[in-house]
Amino acid sequence: MIPINLANNPRLDRWVGFETPGRVRVAVGKVEYGQGALTGLAMIAAEELDVAMDRLDVVTPQTDRSPDEGLTVGSMSIETSGAAIRQACAEARALFTARAAERLGCAGEDLDIVDGAFLRHGASAGLTYWDLAGEVDLAQAPTGGASWKSPDRHRLVGQSAPRLDLPGKVFGAAYLQDLSLPGMLHARVLRQPGPAATLRALDEAAIRHAAGGQAIEIIRDVQFVALLSESERAAAAAIGAAELSAQWDGARDLPPSVSEAVSLKAMEAVSYPAGDPPAEASNRRRHQAAYGRPYIAHGSMGPSCGVAQFKDGALTVWTHAQGVYPMRQLLARICGLAPEVITVIHAQGAGTYGHNGSDDAAVDAAVIAMRRPGPPIRVQWRREDEFGHEPLGTAMHIELAAELDAGGRLVDYTADIWSGSHTGGRGSALAQTALGLPPPPPMVPPTLPGGVRFSGGILNALPSYDIPARRYAEHLVSPGPVRTSSLRGLGGPVNTYAGECFIDELAEVAGQDPLAFRLGMISDPRARHVVERVAEMSGWSGRGAAGSGQGLGLAYCRYRDRGAYIAVAVALNVDTEVRLDHMWCAADCGQVINPDGVKNQLEGGMIMAASWTLKEQVRLAGRGVQSITWDDYPILRFDEIPPVDIDLVMAQSERSVGAGEVSLGPAMAAIGNAVAHALGARIRDLPFTRDKIAHALLAD
Amino acid sequence: MLREITLSINGQARRLSFEDTASLLDVLRTELELKGARFGCGAGQCGACAVLVDGEDKASCQLEVGNLEGKAITTLEGIGTPERPHPLQTAFLDLQAGQCGYCLSGIIVGAKALLDRNPDPTRAEIAQALAWHLCRCGAHNRILAAVALAAERMRAEAGA
Repeated sequence: MIPINLANNPRLDRWVGFETPGRVRVAVGKVEYGQGALTGLAMIAAEELDVAMDRLDVVTPQTDRSPDEGLTVGSMSIETSGAAIRQACAEARALFTARAAERLGCAGEDLDIVDGAFLRHGASAGLTYWDLAGEVDLAQAPTGGASWKSPDRHRLVGQSAPRLDLPGKVFGAAYLQDLSLPGMLHARVLRQPGPAATLRALDEAAIRHAAGGQAIEIIRDVQFVALLSESERAAAAAIGAAELSAQWDGARDLPPSVSEAVSLKAMEAVSYPAGDPPAEASNRRRHQAAYGRPYIAHGSMGPSCGVAQFKDGALTVWTHAQGVYPMRQLLARICGLAPEVITVIHAQGAGTYGHNGSDDAAVDAAVIAMRRPGPPIRVQWRREDEFGHEPLGTAMHIELAAELDAGGRLVDYTADIWSGSHTGGRGSALAQTALGLPPPPPMVPPTLPGGVRFSGGILNALPSYDIPARRYAEHLVSPGPVRTSSLRGLGGPVNTYAGECFIDELAEVAGQDPLAFRLGMISDPRARHVVERVAEMSGWSGRGAAGSGQGLGLAYCRYRDRGAYIAVAVALNVDTEVRLDHMWCAADCGQVINPDGVKNQLEGGMIMAASWTLKEQVRLAGRGVQSITWDDYPILRFDEIPPVDIDLVMAQSERSVGAGEVSLGPAMAAIGNAVAHALGARIRDLPFTRDKIAHALLAD
Repeated sequence: MLREITLSINGQARRLSFEDTASLLDVLRTELELKGARFGCGAGQCGACAVLVDGEDKASCQLEVGNLEGKAITTLEGIGTPERPHPLQTAFLDLQAGQCGYCLSGIIVGAKALLDRNPDPTRAEIAQALAWHLCRCGAHNRILAAVALAAERMRAEAGA
């Protein structure tokens, strides 16, 4: 069987090559943004080829030099790209082995490979990959015939390896934001206050005056306004003056109430029910509750940047977006160019955690470059642009209802999920709206195996337990009051937060311990293992009474019902605010490629989830986002970080599944449950601010 | 008004023609091609642009070059290089303390300021010193451990 990404790029030399003596070229279509994907994929290639890691030259993703693997999203790089590069390398190895056997007059089974050199019955055969490179044609399609090394022969996979990208980063190596090209012009873009706003007046004299004697070029096209200068300082000063002097008609005017998740319920929505038919009336014990998460910012540390040059009919764009080929499609549509004349080159930026301003900054640069051919154009967003104009992670409002039988067993579960779109911002850009270009063709919602409709809002809609009757309905608000798009885990973490907090509520109704209540509904031994393990790590058996101010909570999910098994426990204390004391995690992500890399991702996800849960909410009002500085949008800081312990199951004979998004939902829910335990009262609407804590205690 | 300004950067005197009000971050990045200090917020709220000024951990986006004559400025590039890494940089790599890495320049600068005045800080003291530096990836625990490891190695080195 040929992995799908390899089948879509069906030439082995697109993935692997031996052009330089002693070196191996490895090309994948996934991009690095600090999650360690390229290191993990390189480890798989080195393993399958049996070469040392330091022989690899991992190609920076670029259209025409890299296979097209779409976007780097959904914790799927190791699973999908990993399978493709593994198969490509296994096939390359088989071709080289066959050729070596022919040269040596022996059977392929007699040969082994150590660091690229062939051994025959353990002794050097005097041949390497590079000796044979001229005789083996990798410009051929995969056959699906070659088999992968069995896990018991792995010497790299499963052993922690240092990240390839990290050394540069501690010595100040370049990000896209640092790219400096000869003759480059610095540009800033005046943003529309809402998609319907039209520019009535702009004081160009004031803009030029603010630039302090430096020449400023002003590009105006419909509602798209860009200011260009050789001096970045002048461009920055000019945009400030432009914002002050711009007068807009039809600016957006949002009521502050749309900042709250529950506001979604009053908006026009399309409903998509799924699952078992509605429960018939019964006299079983019924419990219901509503949970909410507000709009969240990606909060990238580095505001987005894009660089573009249009010269001799060809467009070159440098971007830190999540995929070079999807970016090329987007640019082709917006710039009216054939994809063949566009080259998109990935350069690392700060972590994005989904679809932030990175696409927009690249499109901004390209739109300007098309109108100012010749020099490279660099667009640098400001912090307030990133907070103010990136697509947000959508708010969600979730209403849950359940029935328990006479024995306290959970027998019927219903989730009603109001959500904005988690992927709706894909394939669009602010500049496109400003230019008055038609919106992209509506996305056909993909279907999952089994014909299930895919939507970010329904991921982990139902908790990961054996429940006899269960159903959910997504009530999709699209378009919502603001642009929204993918944020780490889409709706999965939010649904897990709501569902796993609700499970604790049901345990209480049933008069059972939350751990025992869960274990009573888990038959899968891999799931049981992580739940029992995290209980042990966190000292669950010594858990005290509720309402003491000290809280211990736990939560579990199987990510997207088919990925990692993961359980998180949290110890914390609450007085006027929540202080995290310790977090624990037990995770089974199948075959682990780079254990340290997986732990780094799991822990990072837990810390980010803690930040969302305790602190984060985008404030909307008037023209749009009001929380445009780090003071308005606080995140968890060093002096608020608890120690974290992670126990990673090494299930090396199982399928590899992703780790980047899987810990957020259980971490959010474990905090929710620990806060409820500490207070003896439950807060359901995120974030858990001082106000919400005071309110919960008063209401109790 | 342009003016001749002499700044001491990474131990070298650099003569520049700049307005007094230009931010140190702009001058480092555009004029001196020292890109270790990152642009993060432009408001002194994130720490990505931190440099040492007379040994103190400061947001370079908030400093005007006209006020910096006679002060010793050290950027990430002045702390260590791949050939001669500072123990902090070695410890960050040994513990894989980072993800996207955008915050690391400023954090390493902040940690250097701390260790220069307190060679044996507790976890809480490190966290306190770095509290104004933001990290979005959640690499905090590894960073705290890396600073402690560097401190331990530097003390052993000094005692040897």
